[in-house]
Amino acid sequence: MQANTLTGGFDSPAIQSAHAFRSVMEAMARPGTVHSISGAEPPAPLSKAAGCGLLTLCDADTPVYLAGEADTAEIRKWLAFHTGAPVTGPSHCMFAIGTWDALMPLSSYPVGTPDYPDRSATLIVECPTLDQKGATLKGPGIKTNAALTLPEVDAFQSNRALFPLGLDFILTCDSEVAALPRTTEVI
Amino acid sequence: MKDGIDKNKDRKAWMSLLAKAPEGRVATMLDAAMARPEFTWLRPPEIGSTMVRGRAGGTGAPFNLGEVTVTRCALTLQSGEVGHAYLQGRRKADAEAAALVDALMQGPSSDTVRAAILEPLALECAASSTARAGKAAATKVEFFTMTRGED
Repeated sequence: MQANTLTGGFDSPAIQSAHAFRSVMEAMARPGTVHSISGAEPPAPLSKAAGCGLLTLCDADTPVYLAGEADTAEIRKWLAFHTGAPVTGPSHCMFAIGTWDALMPLSSYPVGTPDYPDRSATLIVECPTLDQKGATLKGPGIKTNAALTLPEVDAFQSNRALFPLGLDFILTCDSEVAALPRTTEVI
Repeated sequence: MKDGIDKNKDRKAWMSLLAKAPEGRVATMLDAAMARPEFTWLRPPEIGSTMVRGRAGGTGAPFNLGEVTVTRCALTLQSGEVGHAYLQGRRKADAEAAALVDALMQGPSSDTVRAAILEPLALECAASSTARAGKAAATKVEFFTMTRGED
């Protein structure tokens, strides 16, 4: 077993995961804002922000789908050692991670049921850039309007139409994180 | 049940032995055998709980028996060997010693460690379980039933 898949976790898990959780929560509560997040060093090609998100949110009860290039033996071992999360396919996952193209099609992820809308997937999307410009966002958590560089607009509009069902998105780039919950309207 | 040869059979055996050793025993034997090597933590000792599952009679449907406290840690020696330890109870010092022995057993000093720690420990464990079985056997009651000749 190589030691490099066993390193790269949080040095002080209690404090760093609390900071990382705060960043993800702020990003979810205020769509369109970009927050810095750090502490994890996952194997390539995962970004630091995506690694922090996985360490903070995943455990043995949350199946994870590694899409496309994110599905390497090193990442599987890293995830298994640090979180214990099982790796599954898209139809049974609670978290999915990969680039936007690798995560397609969105119809393969669980969107929850009318009785339990929380039984849906959260997609961690690796983005090449993350800036507060581009598509306009409206909805809860946004006072007037906000903007965010999104890989696509139509997919988020049709996801919003499913409300209260739907997918939630965490957008990551290097060590920055933003989020797009299902409540946000993309114009 | 998997077919074929289990590559980790030996390692499973010594990790099991280290996990079942009495409190403080592995640390004492390790210090007596050698100076502790330098290491870095991959996962400092942490205490948690895990669900123990059982099957009625060993063959029935699985059920949750109860939670048990577990200490675990992982470390790496300067030469690169990685040692893990999982053991029952709140015993951080024991987990550190057990992980060190696990790491040393994968390196060049495995023969020394086996002779100084694992073999005496296996003998001690076998002796204590034999003694316990002997005590239990002494309390065994034989029931003799008189034939009543009713049929």
